[in-house]
Amino acid sequence: MADIPKSWKVAPPKAWKLTTPEELVKDTDHRRYTLGLEKGWLRTAPDVEIKPGMHCHAALPKRLEDVGMPNPRTWSVMDEDWKLPKNWKEIILEGFKDRLERFRSFKLFMDICVRCGACADKCHYFIGSADPKNMPVLRAELFRSVYRKYFTTAGKVLGPIAGARELNIDVLKEWWYYLYQCTECRRCSVFCPYGIDTAEITLMGRELTNLLGLNIDWIAAPVAFCNRTGNHMGIQPHAYKDMIEFFLDEIETIIGYRIEPTFNRKGAEILFITPSGDVFGDPGTYTAMGYLMLFEALGLDYTWSTYASEGGNFGLFTSNEIMKKLNAKMYAEAKRLGVKWILGGECGHMWRVVNQYMGTMNLDMAEGSKMEEPVSPITGTKFENARSTKMVHITEFTADLIKHGKLKLDPSRNDHLKVTYHDSCNPARAMGLLEEPRYVIKNVCNNFYEMPPNTIREQTFCCGGGSGLNAGEDMELRMRGGMPRANAVKYVHEKYGVNKLACVCAIDRAVLPNTMEYFVPEVDVTGVHELVANALILEGEKERTVDLRGEPLPGMEDSEDV
Amino acid sequence: MDLKSLLLQKKSPIVKKWCDVVLSTYPQQSQKFLRKQKDQFANPVGRTIFEGIESIFDELLHEANADKIALFLDNIIRVRAVQEFSSSQAVGFIFGLKKVIREELEREILKEGVTEELGAFDSRIDALALLCFDIYTQCRQKIFDIRVKEVKTRSERLLQMAGLAYELPEDYEHPGKGGDLKEGQVNNKC
Repeated sequence: MADIPKSWKVAPPKAWKLTTPEELVKDTDHRRYTLGLEKGWLRTAPDVEIKPGMHCHAALPKRLEDVGMPNPRTWSVMDEDWKLPKNWKEIILEGFKDRLERFRSFKLFMDICVRCGACADKCHYFIGSADPKNMPVLRAELFRSVYRKYFTTAGKVLGPIAGARELNIDVLKEWWYYLYQCTECRRCSVFCPYGIDTAEITLMGRELTNLLGLNIDWIAAPVAFCNRTGNHMGIQPHAYKDMIEFFLDEIETIIGYRIEPTFNRKGAEILFITPSGDVFGDPGTYTAMGYLMLFEALGLDYTWSTYASEGGNFGLFTSNEIMKKLNAKMYAEAKRLGVKWILGGECGHMWRVVNQYMGTMNLDMAEGSKMEEPVSPITGTKFENARSTKMVHITEFTADLIKHGKLKLDPSRNDHLKVTYHDSCNPARAMGLLEEPRYVIKNVCNNFYEMPPNTIREQTFCCGGGSGLNAGEDMELRMRGGMPRANAVKYVHEKYGVNKLACVCAIDRAVLPNTMEYFVPEVDVTGVHELVANALILEGEKERTVDLRGEPLPGMEDSEDV
Repeated sequence: MDLKSLLLQKKSPIVKKWCDVVLSTYPQQSQKFLRKQKDQFANPVGRTIFEGIESIFDELLHEANADKIALFLDNIIRVRAVQEFSSSQAVGFIFGLKKVIREELEREILKEGVTEELGAFDSRIDALALLCFDIYTQCRQKIFDIRVKEVKTRSERLLQMAGLAYELPEDYEHPGKGGDLKEGQVNNKC
């Protein structure tokens, strides 16, 4: 008989006996959490148990081969043997050294933490799981301990007394497990008195483990697809165009005439780039329909690109080099088409890459292009904040249109909605986009309610599925991480009757519907521009009876068209 | 004095100890946070436990309305169903109440002769445990349903585009009720 693969083995219960209630409660195994001073900061690794529901599947070898990443092979997280190269330890330590030299911030973040604990209870995963290793300080300490051992004199000499520990296979597995229990949302960083960016520690940690081929498929697959076709889904140009055509059919039934956007059009003034999640996944698709209708109402001289067909960049979760490579298509396509600037859709980490890295990373790609400081062709507003990147966020663009009275709006079409706004982590914390989405929502909806102050704006809670963790197999992890956000939504639902959660991130739109379904099933998720398009009055449109989802508008329930 | 009065008299220490039973299922280093942070948005797990346990105890003493109790229990169990617990650990804290009551009212129970009442109250706790079990399984079922739905949602549009999605025509009637496809009617999406 063939051997049963190890990953399928189920450990038998400790004993088949009836336990008393007290034993039942006491049986909770706290050993693996032990990280207290009483046993030294980091005597933890042997206790780590990787559990189903808490991790993503390993990357298929083809994904790594496609982008030339190391150690492509078939492996399973639940297997004891992760099929690492023999010299894995050398690779990690060499990679660690290299990054300490190249990235000043990494070196600084390794050194300056004083373990004050300000970040400890700010992580959504800690709040939702109560696992101490989800405290950002302890998660980072998993790395710092190894840093001390190999890169500081005190650690080399004093070892555990100086909080240092050897790098071994258990430590590596523990690293990996907790690296993928951080969404790089940076909420903890807001509270750090030293400004330590824990997300950057996670970024570096993932880079290091990727040197051994320890990628997860939920990240590696989009990276490989994006590298080949320009978007996460691996959709080819004709299929991308077909999908937009599909939206145009739906829009036609709503407004009574057909919109005709252009694709890959040279000479357009503006190139529009949005995450492919908006084009292929509900409810983001309704947001994409919203963009199309807005641009039609303005008569905007813009084009879609079937090559720069992805705003998201899972390279951010892989390595600096991959991030740069995947991002390069934006400026390359802008240059090829001869556009003046780029307008970007509702996305999360895309804006971290664009706002914080793109300018310095790839601006040379735009040399010799026609790109210039973005100016709204409708209002004449100069977007000085985007002078260096040449890329404007769509809620900045729309807020400016509304401010100048350029849109005809009927907010009563959204009267059946009571809306709250979830600040998506990256637009909020990585680019300070706090007011514009709210301004837009308040102008297109009559019922808007804020969640409690310590759950929004800079302090917003992550959806629980960012940074590539929005897989199906880690649902328990996602629900733990999404719990603090859901808790705040539940509060405004119970207090004000909120039934719609608006956001400006494609990952939010994929993650939050499920989180809501579990914790607050009465609340649905929407993009901001879906709300805009519902309220928008287009010239020559027929009387609207349904919203973008085909649901009757308020007062139109009995209309024949519904 | 009857058992209800005794329980009301000792409500505060009983509720506190019962909360401790729930908290003790969490890692030691996190218990302080769960206990001390009073803000319901900064510490939703801890606050839900404290508020839920007290409300459940109140309800057990009075009406024992299953619908009301289910709401409080749901808040606690919904999170525990996705946390680091086996099924029995997730719901086992309910039985802790029996022990807590006996510890707190050891002498009074004998003195006042309320053992029969206590037996009846124990039955309420047993019923509470069964309710808890129902809620837990519903939560787990929901997680599985969500996983399935997510797979469908992610591929639905692509399948439609590829002509691989099967959709019944709007005027389709179920076979057996004279509803086989009529002439000229084609399921061209399959």
